[in-house]
Amino acid sequence: MTIGLGHYLAVGAILFTIGIFGIYLNRKNVIIILMSIELILLAVNVNLVAFSTHLGDIVGQVFALLVLTVAAAEAAIGLAILVVYFRNRGSIAVDDINLMKG
Amino acid sequence: MNSTTAISTLLPILPEIMLVVGAMALLMFGAYAGERSSGATNVLAVLLLAAAAVVVIAVPKGRHELFGGSFVLDDFARFLKVLALIGSAAAIVMARDYLKSVNQQKFEFPVLILLSTAGMGMLISAGDLIALYLGLELMSLALYVIAAFNRDSVRASEAGLKYFVLGALSSGMLLYGSSLVYGFTGTVNFAGIAKAAGEGGIGLIFGIVFLFAGFCFKVSAVPFHMWTPDVYEGAPTPVTAFFASAPKVAGMAMFVRVAVDAFPTVAVQWQQIIVFVALASMVLGAFAAIGQTNIKRLLAYSSIGHMGFALVGLAAGTAEGVQGVLVYMAIYMSMTLGTFACVLSMRRTEGYVENISDLAGLSRTNPTMAFFLAMLMFSLAGIPPLAGFFGKFYVFIAAIKAGMYTLAVIGVLASVVGAYYYLLIVKIMYFDEPAPAFRPMPTEQKAVLALSGLFNLLFFVYPAPLLAAATLAAKSLF
Repeated sequence: MTIGLGHYLAVGAILFTIGIFGIYLNRKNVIIILMSIELILLAVNVNLVAFSTHLGDIVGQVFALLVLTVAAAEAAIGLAILVVYFRNRGSIAVDDINLMKG
Repeated sequence: MNSTTAISTLLPILPEIMLVVGAMALLMFGAYAGERSSGATNVLAVLLLAAAAVVVIAVPKGRHELFGGSFVLDDFARFLKVLALIGSAAAIVMARDYLKSVNQQKFEFPVLILLSTAGMGMLISAGDLIALYLGLELMSLALYVIAAFNRDSVRASEAGLKYFVLGALSSGMLLYGSSLVYGFTGTVNFAGIAKAAGEGGIGLIFGIVFLFAGFCFKVSAVPFHMWTPDVYEGAPTPVTAFFASAPKVAGMAMFVRVAVDAFPTVAVQWQQIIVFVALASMVLGAFAAIGQTNIKRLLAYSSIGHMGFALVGLAAGTAEGVQGVLVYMAIYMSMTLGTFACVLSMRRTEGYVENISDLAGLSRTNPTMAFFLAMLMFSLAGIPPLAGFFGKFYVFIAAIKAGMYTLAVIGVLASVVGAYYYLLIVKIMYFDEPAPAFRPMPTEQKAVLALSGLFNLLFFVYPAPLLAAATLAAKSLF
């Protein structure tokens, strides 16, 4: 069996779905949400690189590199906000993020 | 290429370069001068924003393309950039008194606003998916930090955390959509996508859906609005004022540009999405705001509703519709800034208050503020002859001309329902027993409120300049 574009896209779609479910079904810990976000971005990168080689067009790989860079910055800011939140609230359980509702 | 021509070709991107370099310079200045420098950085940041606006207007007319079409400066971008710059400047101006009284004067605040404004400029001018994503992230990363700016407050840090998680999720969806669009058209450039899209296959449609889901998050349109009330309520009030103005303008700009520039051939498909989103936003904005007691939360639902009205213009998909969106965004921003100038003046000796009941009897304790706030409420409700009416008028006319009668009728009905809670505020201010008086309004808030109040009151006398600019801007997309 040769592995073609469809297989890569399937991997990307599965990773993306796991990421989305990781955000919505997880009730324990905000760190898991951050991991899920990384998973979504990785799914996008799999897609971009697969399309890039399939089309013979380098732009997709450039895009993937930029996504990696931004993902790092995003994770840094996310963790910083999480640390601030933990200092104030003393917990990072998802169920505790409930001061404002309605 | 010699160096002088190289620099002059960069002229269209000069405003963004100024903002980024200026932000870094202010950061150094603040770091060396210490906490006392926050007053100076505020003033310098506002001057920088004004200078950037002047440059945006001064760049020779017509369409400029830079970096192989990644950066586009046309009349559309010009119009929205000036709006975004005004919104950011007003947010910095209004923040000064608030941050001083809660002891949060930090020089980082204007620097972060400058950085996110530079991101908005990139976003408004984006000519391909990569530039769009980078501009969006530059804007959003700064916004996440500003949301949690008051770092000793549980509510502010919770707002920042919620905004970060949902914002990052929306960026992920937008990116996934971008990757599909890239894969099924073979290019990231909007003009190239428009050429390659043709009738649109299933893969491309999937991409568009994900892309638009990401956009809806950013402009807080239903069904991706759930972050808005929490973030508006939790974030410090001047930050909320900022969130409600400039980033909404930039978000709407990217929404319109991608829909019209990149996907004109598959308009039938995306129009269905926009029609649903616009309907749901208008209806939810009208009904969910009714039971609110916190004014910031109420304004959050109000802004969801207003985004729905603006999207009605985009749903029409015509030049007239886009013109309606642009006029709506300009008027929406002026109303929002004025209203937040009032919210930022709701301060008693013991501190800031945010409940609608605190406005009771304002007409007796501060008649001027009550009058202007009442006018802004009428304008938000869309009662003629105030500016808010004209904003709604143009988008609904565009929808009717495009044959979308159901959308227009439901929109008008939603604005009638929405009028209830705006008028309720007027009733509380004018007919209820007075609550203790607020402290005198700070000068900056007075200035912003007067400007936006007069704009809303007198727009009908001389609407031509705004309409002409919006028509010109809309034409540059078609």
